[in-house]
Amino acid sequence: MSFFQWAQNPWGQEILVRISWDLFWLALFGGIAFVIGHLVWRSKHKEAPAAESSSPKAAALPERILRHPLGARFFHWSMSAAVFVLLVTGFFPVLGIQFDWVTIHWIAGLVLIGTVVYHIVHATFWQRLGNIWAGPSGMKELRQGLMNALGSAPPPPKPGKYPVEQQLFHHLVALASFGVILTGLLMMVRVENPLFARNPYLLQDSTWGWVYVLHGLSAVGLVTMVIAHVYFAVLPEKRWMTMSMIAGWISKKDFLAHHDPDRWVVTEEAKNP
Amino acid sequence: MAVIHDTIAAFELFQPASLEDALALRRKYGKVSWAFAGGLDSLDWFKDRIKRPEVVIDLSGVAEMKGIRESGEGVEIGALTTLTEIASNETIRSKYSLLSEAASQVATPQIRNQSTLGGNLSQDTRCWYYRGGWACYRAGGNICYADTPTSVNREHAIFEANRCVAVNPSDTAPALIVLDAQFVIHGPGGEREVSAEDYFITPATDIRRMTVLGPSDLLTAVRIPGTWSGARFYFEKVRDRQAWDFALVNVASAMKLSGNTIEDARIVVNAVGPRPLRLRDVERQLKGQTATEDVAEAAGELAILGARPLQHNAYKIPLMRNLVRRAIRTEA
Repeated sequence: MSFFQWAQNPWGQEILVRISWDLFWLALFGGIAFVIGHLVWRSKHKEAPAAESSSPKAAALPERILRHPLGARFFHWSMSAAVFVLLVTGFFPVLGIQFDWVTIHWIAGLVLIGTVVYHIVHATFWQRLGNIWAGPSGMKELRQGLMNALGSAPPPPKPGKYPVEQQLFHHLVALASFGVILTGLLMMVRVENPLFARNPYLLQDSTWGWVYVLHGLSAVGLVTMVIAHVYFAVLPEKRWMTMSMIAGWISKKDFLAHHDPDRWVVTEEAKNP
Repeated sequence: MAVIHDTIAAFELFQPASLEDALALRRKYGKVSWAFAGGLDSLDWFKDRIKRPEVVIDLSGVAEMKGIRESGEGVEIGALTTLTEIASNETIRSKYSLLSEAASQVATPQIRNQSTLGGNLSQDTRCWYYRGGWACYRAGGNICYADTPTSVNREHAIFEANRCVAVNPSDTAPALIVLDAQFVIHGPGGEREVSAEDYFITPATDIRRMTVLGPSDLLTAVRIPGTWSGARFYFEKVRDRQAWDFALVNVASAMKLSGNTIEDARIVVNAVGPRPLRLRDVERQLKGQTATEDVAEAAGELAILGARPLQHNAYKIPLMRNLVRRAIRTEA
């Protein structure tokens, strides 16, 4: 197995060209192995029913609580569609499935950029950034959660709006997305498109090699993340969360079972989904 | 970079005597195998040690892939049939003179005696940066050395370039697209037919291949229907010298005329892009028209719409325009 593809430039120097496609297979089978591993673990560890919350705030909650406003859902599904198209157009040709992929790929890339810009603005001005940030206390809870999964610690406290696993997943997706976006924008100057004048010599060949490598690493990272994300989305015990990304709301019962009302303070707006 | 060696790098040679054996070898060795027909394209690669297949499958002993057979209203040509046979075959000359004309203009008599139809159709591009061993897109790198302000790109693409600017060099390909030929491909999934037009692909589809042939596939035959048999044909190839050279631009056309009115037309130009370019807009414009000088002039202008020259190949635009014009005018 190799990690990178190298080539010799006209001056006889060895330069990076892109990642080795072995890494795609590693990401794919890594994701599948994670799913299988989790299924095995899950079959042996039944989740204990959550204790009822004793918070006085619980009584005042309505039957439906808004978890994802329409703007957030719009972002999630449009980004999903863009990433799906990008992965198909990026990796199917590597698998030997031939089609005219280049134009579709960069158009989907522009859609991804649009959704991410929209998300940054929406999240900054209309949502609480702190909800998604995995701080030091989150790390402690993650550690406690892992120890609990191994049977050597009590369950961690109920989270606020997002559990720490989701917060970390968000950060990884954000990192990979910025990786593909920044490198993808640079790579667009190498193909014919109406936005940029074509200039394959904007960067030195060795620098281009790193751009391709970062693009590839971010993309194969997304392969594993998408597998894990879709897997959790279809798990029966996570279905309430998946449904909230469609309908927007969760039930009071699920709220109290999975969230701490003191850590996720439900706003008046969220009480009327 | 290409270094000329005295000897070809070692490989394992198989000489199957049947199509079945040849296909089994292709299936077994796939990507590390090389289908060897006339050897005109292959030996260049081998001697320069740029392509180093582990296994070479010499197809010259496969009788099923040779010969010209009449079939129904059309004709079937084995992929291993030599260009000389095609150029001199009476059936081809009488019914599909476009193909015999195109085959007779490939390279030199010696080369036509050895080179095969399948090889001429499936040969790799002649871009010298690529053939020189430079690590360009087509060779697996991430750059095109032929598309820079100082590149020698006089022979390169004015249409359908996508990162790579190499062109398809075949003379028989445009003729077969005009004739509505079907290419018979044998692969892991069995036999399939691909239209001549769909056989060739652009870098937007796969930057490392010029045809749909996969690593385990073999082009075994070409079937030409009777659709265009006996139509009025035109083939012209412009090259730097009158023998032993690839086309700077070539044009192949067929027309069905009723009196002086064009009932149907096919025009294909090659060496202007990564695949032979069928001029559908021109064909549509010609239908129902009277073949006059003005119509030919307008067709030439329409043909070059969208052409994007590189630094040193803008001459291909008027050349292509004039070839299209001549194809229509000569037929009128």
